[in-house]
Amino acid sequence: MSRKHTWLLSASVANLVFLYAPIVVLILFSFNASRLSATWQGFTLEWYRLLLEDEALRLSVQNSLVVAVVSTVVATGLGVCAAVGLERHPFRGREVVEGAMLLPLVIPEIMMGVSLMLFFLLVKLPLSLITVAIGHAAFNVPIVLVIVRARLRKLDPSLEEAARDLGATPWQAFRRVTWPLLMPAVAGSVLLAFTVSLDDFIVTFFTAGPGSTTLPLYVYSMVKSGVTPTINALSAILVLVSMALIGASLALQRR
Amino acid sequence: MNPDAVPPDRPESFRAAPVPRRSSLLLLPALAWLGLFFFVPLALMLAISFASRGTYGGVVWTLSLANYANVLDPLYVKVFLRSVLLASVTTVLCLALGFPIAYYIARLPARRQGIWLLLVMIPFWTNFLIRTYAWIFMLRTEGLMNQVLAGLGLIGSPVDVLYTEMAIVIGLVYGYLPFMILPLSAAVERLPPSLVEAAWDLYASRWAVLWRVIVPLTKPGLVAGCTLVFIPSLGAFMTPDLMGGARTMMIGNLIQHEFLVARDWPFGSAIALVLMVSVLLGLAIYLRAERAGTRLAAGG
Repeated sequence: MSRKHTWLLSASVANLVFLYAPIVVLILFSFNASRLSATWQGFTLEWYRLLLEDEALRLSVQNSLVVAVVSTVVATGLGVCAAVGLERHPFRGREVVEGAMLLPLVIPEIMMGVSLMLFFLLVKLPLSLITVAIGHAAFNVPIVLVIVRARLRKLDPSLEEAARDLGATPWQAFRRVTWPLLMPAVAGSVLLAFTVSLDDFIVTFFTAGPGSTTLPLYVYSMVKSGVTPTINALSAILVLVSMALIGASLALQRR
Repeated sequence: MNPDAVPPDRPESFRAAPVPRRSSLLLLPALAWLGLFFFVPLALMLAISFASRGTYGGVVWTLSLANYANVLDPLYVKVFLRSVLLASVTTVLCLALGFPIAYYIARLPARRQGIWLLLVMIPFWTNFLIRTYAWIFMLRTEGLMNQVLAGLGLIGSPVDVLYTEMAIVIGLVYGYLPFMILPLSAAVERLPPSLVEAAWDLYASRWAVLWRVIVPLTKPGLVAGCTLVFIPSLGAFMTPDLMGGARTMMIGNLIQHEFLVARDWPFGSAIALVLMVSVLLGLAIYLRAERAGTRLAAGG
């Protein structure tokens, strides 16, 4: 038994090395003084300084934040309502409706990107930050729905029933009893939707127009034009931001 | 609470339905949004796939199957076959890499299990674009991989891995490995260790234990993991775009090319729909396996 376990443990550790090494190397080399070589030439913060001066980068971060805020607000409103609507009343075809609403999560993202692009072009809505935000809200609705619905399912229905027995109106019972209990899941889904929107590349790639470059699109164009230590520096920052956001989302969902 | 306290004039359905029936109206805004910005575009795409391309791009509304016939052109069939091959290789590699760690995690005590699962998930939270770039950085001709290999004396001159099919597979495996590990370790956790021990006690060989005990009993997890890796790999666009070369086009790149470069929307739509139908078929297999898994778990 124990020999087998040593084997499993070393295979598992090797696996973790495979998962972490590229990211660690990437971050380490964001501090490398050499512009071209992959050998260590000394420590520098030069690449981070260059990032601060990059006007196009600042604009793309701003665009990404606008899209993420708008799409998260829309998706949270729609998703929370839909979760409550789905949970409260079993109606005929509920499973079909729920399945259909989750479909954006399972079809290849490129399908969503190109079909939205076709749609916007045919209804003559110029591609802009607005079209990007519409697309992001569409894939964020099922994300919010899944998380909030899972929480609703775990709530004890007798809590709200008790409030109603004590004379609360349906709205009061929801507002004063269910909503506070739902809050952690809502906050968690807000953070997750926000992160997914910030990170999205494919749907954005197809629905963005000139002047609506988001951060991932900007990184993409940087990567396309070649490896530079500035991309490493930007990556290092993004790695930390994503992890902080998702970590916060998980912590909230667990509460 | 004493049920007698409820006044007799309250309707019978009171306890069952504390919220008025119209609460299902709450579904409407989300349905409208997804209808307009998800289902209408998909339907539009389906309609366009039967139309034909105008002289300057755009769409001429005809009703023909020409685009679907065009998909059968050997040139495009090759792209499809390559995508299926690369997605399959990716899936097999993820399985080979993921199974040992999934097995190890599943047999850990609960607290350490949580920590290991978290360790597997953390890299996954990093932007996919960044993770792809990390491998470009490692694999390029003057990158770290070549320097390490040359330093060890394993290679004389740098190997060009980047912009080949191998690079795409590395990128995809790296991207989707957690999708394999999570369902697998959940499946192994449901496998009673006593069954494996019994097989050992009865002098089963290493392979017999694996093939005749572990694999059949963790099959739902195996199928789930393989589906979750295969589907996104098949429709991959960014990885082959950044890590592949001109000769390694996958379906995702072909779709992008038809829409943005060739500007042949009807043909692009047809390819995308063929991709979607393949994915939905894969998903149907997954759901069936999952249902079988639930039955297995319920049956003990």
